[in-house]
Amino acid sequence: MSIVGTRVVRIEDQQLITQGGTYVEDLRVEALTGAVHAMFVRSPIAHARIASIDTSAALEAPGVVAVYTAADIDLAPHKAGPVVEPWLADGVVRYVGEPVALVLTEERYQLADAAELVDIDYDPLDVVASIDSALSDETVLFEDQGTNVLQTTGGEFDDKSFDDCEVVVTQTILNQRVAPAPLEVRGAACAWGEDGRLTLWLSTQNAQISRSTVAKGLGVESKDVRVITPDVGGGFGAKIGSDPEAVVLGWASKRSGRPVRWVETRSENLVSMTHGRAQQNRVTIGGRRDGTVLAFRLEVVQDAGAYPRTMFLPTLTELMGTGVYHFPKVETSSRAVVTNTTPIAAYRGAGRPEATAAIERAMDLFAAEIGMDPAEVRRVNFIRPEEFPYSSPTGATYDTGEYAKALDKVLEAGGYADLRAEQARRREAGDPVALGLGIAAYVEITGGDSGGESGRLLINPDGSVTAYTGSSPHGQGLDTTLTMLLSDQLGVPMDKITIRHGDTDEVPKAIGTFGSRSLQLGGSALRQAADQVIEQARALAADRLEASPDDIELSEGAFQVRGAPTSGSVTWAQLAEQAELTADVWFGDGAPTFPFGAHLAVVEVDTLTGKVELKRIIACDDAGPIVNPLAFQGQRHGGLGQGAAQALLEVMNYDADGNPTTATLADYSFITATELPDFELVDSETPTTRNLLGVKGIGEAATIGSTPAVHNAVVDALSHLGVRHLDMPTTPLRVWQALTDARKAN
Amino acid sequence: MKVSIEINGTTVSEEVEDRTLLVHFVREQAGLTATNIGCDTTSCGACTVLLDGESVKSCTVLAAQADGHSVTTLEGLHGEDGDLHPVQRAFREEHGLQCGFCTPGMIMASVSLLDHNPKPTRQEVRAGLEGNLCRCTGYHNIVNAVMNASGQEVQR
Ligand code: FES
Ligand code: FES
Repeated sequence: MSIVGTRVVRIEDQQLITQGGTYVEDLRVEALTGAVHAMFVRSPIAHARIASIDTSAALEAPGVVAVYTAADIDLAPHKAGPVVEPWLADGVVRYVGEPVALVLTEERYQLADAAELVDIDYDPLDVVASIDSALSDETVLFEDQGTNVLQTTGGEFDDKSFDDCEVVVTQTILNQRVAPAPLEVRGAACAWGEDGRLTLWLSTQNAQISRSTVAKGLGVESKDVRVITPDVGGGFGAKIGSDPEAVVLGWASKRSGRPVRWVETRSENLVSMTHGRAQQNRVTIGGRRDGTVLAFRLEVVQDAGAYPRTMFLPTLTELMGTGVYHFPKVETSSRAVVTNTTPIAAYRGAGRPEATAAIERAMDLFAAEIGMDPAEVRRVNFIRPEEFPYSSPTGATYDTGEYAKALDKVLEAGGYADLRAEQARRREAGDPVALGLGIAAYVEITGGDSGGESGRLLINPDGSVTAYTGSSPHGQGLDTTLTMLLSDQLGVPMDKITIRHGDTDEVPKAIGTFGSRSLQLGGSALRQAADQVIEQARALAADRLEASPDDIELSEGAFQVRGAPTSGSVTWAQLAEQAELTADVWFGDGAPTFPFGAHLAVVEVDTLTGKVELKRIIACDDAGPIVNPLAFQGQRHGGLGQGAAQALLEVMNYDADGNPTTATLADYSFITATELPDFELVDSETPTTRNLLGVKGIGEAATIGSTPAVHNAVVDALSHLGVRHLDMPTTPLRVWQALTDARKAN
Repeated sequence: MKVSIEINGTTVSEEVEDRTLLVHFVREQAGLTATNIGCDTTSCGACTVLLDGESVKSCTVLAAQADGHSVTTLEGLHGEDGDLHPVQRAFREEHGLQCGFCTPGMIMASVSLLDHNPKPTRQEVRAGLEGNLCRCTGYHNIVNAVMNASGQEVQR
């Protein structure tokens, strides 16, 4: 029986539950002997001219090896979008948390003492702390750009688009800024070898991209940098490559002649690791009273933060803007603006959660306006199964989908009709605890980066297998999943298969882990490599068994002549001893896949206090065939938790002067076990034809669906009291305020 | 100052700064790196260890305060022969971890929780682990792991 599709406990876990992982901070390798400790001195002010920096007192402090500022750094500057982002702030600081100086000390405890003695004089400048103030261009942050709007797409709208509609609804929807906050903060260690090469241990999702950007930053060749990823304690998109800090550390190691270790603090992490979301989306949706949507317009404004490091987010939101629906008329536009806040980059879903949140709120707003059940409105407008492959008006080509089926499944599993009846009962009785039901149907794009992935496989002389993948997991359990696939394909037991990744010397060419691409592209690459190795082995076996290669079959790890088991067999080990069995492949051009699903959230809202409790969340997430249900469910659980957290609690806040007010875990509302319910998962498997495994990505899907489901549920709970919309997070204060406003308006 | 702490049955005596935190003593002086640091505000619980059998956040205890006391970390939980503690075994069986960074603290907190309440309800498990943050799992399987370790039914 095939092991694929069965619940296999992770091979990663034995080490993690007995000795813990080896994260960057745990490294005790020889190359790091005598390493100095590093800390960045970061700006405490959002926008200012640096009048002076005096490092003399810090240099006198115990254990200080060096203090570096922009004046010391002799590297070519690097670009963030159309502007230059200095390695260390040069003349101006543009957000709280921007690195201004680097301190190196002999001992860890000396770092903060010395950093405090770096004396920096700031002359404050006007601050742009919000999207609206950025758009006004009253204060322009990069003078040579002449505007704060650094990227624009679309926007040629037709005045008549909504003319045929009986009903038109418009709403601005804030997709608030959140912090990725992986539990392991950023960290790195580096050392230059006698051979003139830099070895950099980095907590990253992507050793190869990090290698290339660090080499480029340092002005050396890629081959002169080796990046190794130890265990990585979460990434969520924010560790996709390397941040500028990694380059500065590599440079400082060279300049000081010492290996360097760096681990940021959590407070530092919350202001200086890139944030996510931060979009303001205006939706206009129009249609007929029978529920048919005729026209949809989406206007995206992306807050890019102080340096526009990642400009694809708003365009990805446009691409996925129409979600699971077939709308006759669609118009989108996007703008990205700079503000005096932490730079924005990918965060679990990166652009797609924002798209889904916008369209799914819009569908509910439209449903409320025409007085139809939100499930029914969705059904009317779904792309139908016979329309696939479906070319969306925004330029995506969806592979396969069964959107209505997914929704029906969750509604049935959740007991939707009964829940609606219960809601009506409570409303009738004037129960102060209101019930809210929220639906989100979503389609997601995974591996949508137009690039493939590498896979290399080797049969060792003892018959064991070593596989090298360009993917780079950090909690997904990919080692187990890939081992299962190879074990199944090669007939080799799991404990004789080793998966290696995350060292650029071992895997020089790769794209890495992000965009939920690992299994579909990395997995397919290893599938292809294994196919090639099996072909090689078949030819050898045919020779030995004196048969035609076409007659040779692989069964339970041995090759034999089909239909003639008595004529003998040869094992992997016998063949590997005889000749090298290996393949090195690059799979695919990265044609994306489109997982989809539907979520139903049930909340209770105390209308007297505004407190929201998430009672249930029922989820159907279809990503094609499932290799390991254990890992698959784990990814969904994590996504549901993180997505619900955005709807309910999480926000990275700034005051009007650009000071972050949620810069510690004591202030930032990280969701805990008490705020989440048990998850109810519904299964569905619709394969894709776009890779060898038929699989789609699952890493981000559940995050994408859960945020609007929970958000819609909260609004639904309040709808009978006159609340039409409220922004996330739906904190007690915000809910209470919305109720108070609605009561006043009535 | 000189501090002596019995860690996982072995006494570690070292000269440290007065301000040395227990978590750093465990990691640096004792060389046991399973215990992690996830925050600087006693919020995340990644650093949870047992101090005289009670769970504490070791980033909020000075090594000096633990002088003469005993500490158990993840590395001291399983038998020498590799026999897993029931909570360790349950975390693996129930997929109670993904990246694993919160896991040592989560397991230690769970051990302490079950010590005080051997048959908790799911809600009691959630409340008992409120001080331990996990970014990966959504907590569902962590609750399952604790239920499993206590010999109760899980919800897969
Ligand atoms: S590191 Fe101790 S609670 Fe976070
Ligand atoms: S498993 Fe990653 S933080 Fe809990």
